[in-house]
Amino acid sequence: MNALLVVEDLHKRYGREEVLKGVSFELERGETKVIIGPSGTGKSTLLRCINRLTEPDRGRVWLDGVEVTSPKTNINRIRAQIGFVFQDFNLFTHLTALENVRLGPMRVLGMKKAEATRLAMEELARVGLADKAEAYPAQLSGGQQQRVSIARALAMNPKLILFDEPTSALDPELIGEVLTVMTKLAQEGMTMIVVTHEMGFARSVADEIIFMEKGVIVEQGPPAQLFSSPKHPRTAEFLRKITELYGGEG
Amino acid sequence: MGFLGQLGQVGHYLPMLLRASLVNLELLWALLLIGFSLGTLVALLQVYGGRLLGTLAYIYEWVFRSVPALVLLFLFYYGPSHFGLDIQSFLAACLALGFRSSAYQSQIFRGAIQAIPTGQMVAARALGMSRPRAILHVILPQAFRLAIPGWSNEFSSVTKDTTLAYAVGLNEIMRYAKIVMDRQYELAMATFIVVALVFLAFTYSGNALLGQLERRFRIPGLQMPGATL
Amino acid sequence: MTGFYFAWDFLPKLAQGLLLTVEITAACISLGFVLGLLLALGRVYGPRPISIPCSVYVHFFRGTPLLTQLFMVYFGLPNWGVHLSALTSGILALGLNTAAYQAEYFRGAIQAVKRGQLLAARALGMSRLQAIRHVILPQAFRIVIPSWSNELILMLKYSSIVFSISLLDLMGMGKRIAARHFNYFEVFIVVALFYLVLVFVLSQSLRWLERRVRVPGLGAPGLR
Repeated sequence: MNALLVVEDLHKRYGREEVLKGVSFELERGETKVIIGPSGTGKSTLLRCINRLTEPDRGRVWLDGVEVTSPKTNINRIRAQIGFVFQDFNLFTHLTALENVRLGPMRVLGMKKAEATRLAMEELARVGLADKAEAYPAQLSGGQQQRVSIARALAMNPKLILFDEPTSALDPELIGEVLTVMTKLAQEGMTMIVVTHEMGFARSVADEIIFMEKGVIVEQGPPAQLFSSPKHPRTAEFLRKITELYGGEG
Repeated sequence: MGFLGQLGQVGHYLPMLLRASLVNLELLWALLLIGFSLGTLVALLQVYGGRLLGTLAYIYEWVFRSVPALVLLFLFYYGPSHFGLDIQSFLAACLALGFRSSAYQSQIFRGAIQAIPTGQMVAARALGMSRPRAILHVILPQAFRLAIPGWSNEFSSVTKDTTLAYAVGLNEIMRYAKIVMDRQYELAMATFIVVALVFLAFTYSGNALLGQLERRFRIPGLQMPGATL
Repeated sequence: MTGFYFAWDFLPKLAQGLLLTVEITAACISLGFVLGLLLALGRVYGPRPISIPCSVYVHFFRGTPLLTQLFMVYFGLPNWGVHLSALTSGILALGLNTAAYQAEYFRGAIQAVKRGQLLAARALGMSRLQAIRHVILPQAFRIVIPSWSNELILMLKYSSIVFSISLLDLMGMGKRIAARHFNYFEVFIVVALFYLVLVFVLSQSLRWLERRVRVPGLGAPGLR
């Protein structure tokens, strides 16, 4: 199996509601996949099932040939290889930006403090926040917090990063700085899955778009094809609606 | 003899009273240590311990909060001898008042832990931290900060309640105050006022210290939830 | 089994002690309510010559041990020519103590009532006193109920301290029975159970009461 990530027939149900009804896809190294679709159609649940922050009811996930969903797998070791960027950042409130970024390398990867600090400073510089290293989350803007949280994910040197609506909680004027960082990462060859409503980003950065609705993948394909000539009427309708809502190019 | 004269006479006994107050302070340290560690453990069990351990932790808290300190002191002092064990009053006081304080502290810490947004735990787990590690490095450092105001109140209570060990014959300050009184009854009021002033000094310096601790560890820019714990 | 029969024998005595515990608690909490309210009003609305002594009072009684306060009243006051019975001393000491705590709860509650309320009352032509009585306090009482309930339960437990001036409350009666039969453990297990039940019943009733008075428009005067 060559793909970095293989997702096979994932199912998840909350009470009577089936959120995922058999989702499968593959992700190659260096690929950026963007998942779009209406709210509440299981996109976030799908991301969380990949690193088992949510336990799927059925289905399997492999990362680099290792089965993530096997009960024998040490899930903490897998999660250390998968970055996760949350909608509401979830930076550790009591730690500075620098401490946030180096916590994982120190406490999970067992890195020495000096080394972890150097690494953390590099990653903060990468997202353009070297000068904010000593600031606490509450002293940063939403955009800056999200960039720190991207740095926090990067510091683990992950095989891929999952972005769960990373700009949805941001004021419009702060969205750009986060998307810029993400675009740069994609260009540098980082493997990423991004759940987002930013169609401009999807169109220009994604290698492939997945359109999800009601717990299933309705359609997937390269952005040029999916945006210009969607095969499925549901896709077309969603794209029309989102363009009205977010003003097209985003 | 005027009251000031009486106070002056109590002055002769002051070194003895202050030495006795060291026993109160020793007991205080022991109680805070027991109360803090056990209280943290009970709070963690209540929040993360699952159904069985969680329920047991709640029952523990309820019992030790509901039974008066003096009854607990008697149980821990006289109880062991019922089973042929002898126990010193200091140890009995440590256990009785320590368990009691741990119950109150668990309530404070539980409130603080529950006040932390769930996203903090999720983010820590997403980094690959195990649950104990996430609790240690992410949850507790934040919870302890939130708990300081509530903990300060408990600190004051415990400080004052060290005098209750008088009831099981511990040689602490109230016992010596009573000895002074038995020797010179006319000094009773003056002696107890001196004892009261000693405790005012304890509670005030303790709270000043805790206030500093709170400022020192306040997270810059963050609006802490009020001390409603 | 011997323990059980033994316990059966002294239950009536303990019940008698329990009655005294309840009486002392009721008396001291009422005293503390009145005094605490006055102290709170003094601190919030009084001019400095009044607010400062009130403040000193609260700090003194909150910062020093209850046992010391009890001994000041029972053993100390006779030095100043004031002789009180053990029961009066116990109630007075506990009452003076809880007054300081209740004063803090009342003060917090009064200050939690929005400033506009007082202004609106004054604008209607009410005197300051009227405004406090008819507008501020009814709201403050409602706010204060949860902390006040805690204080009541706390006093129920702390009232056990009067055993040290030889009153035969639940604690004191337990001590007497235990000393007479030299069986502290069994007696105090039963005493502990008595307190557990008492605290449970009281906290449940207070919770019920809280729900009742929380109904909008009903207010908290029922508390008195």
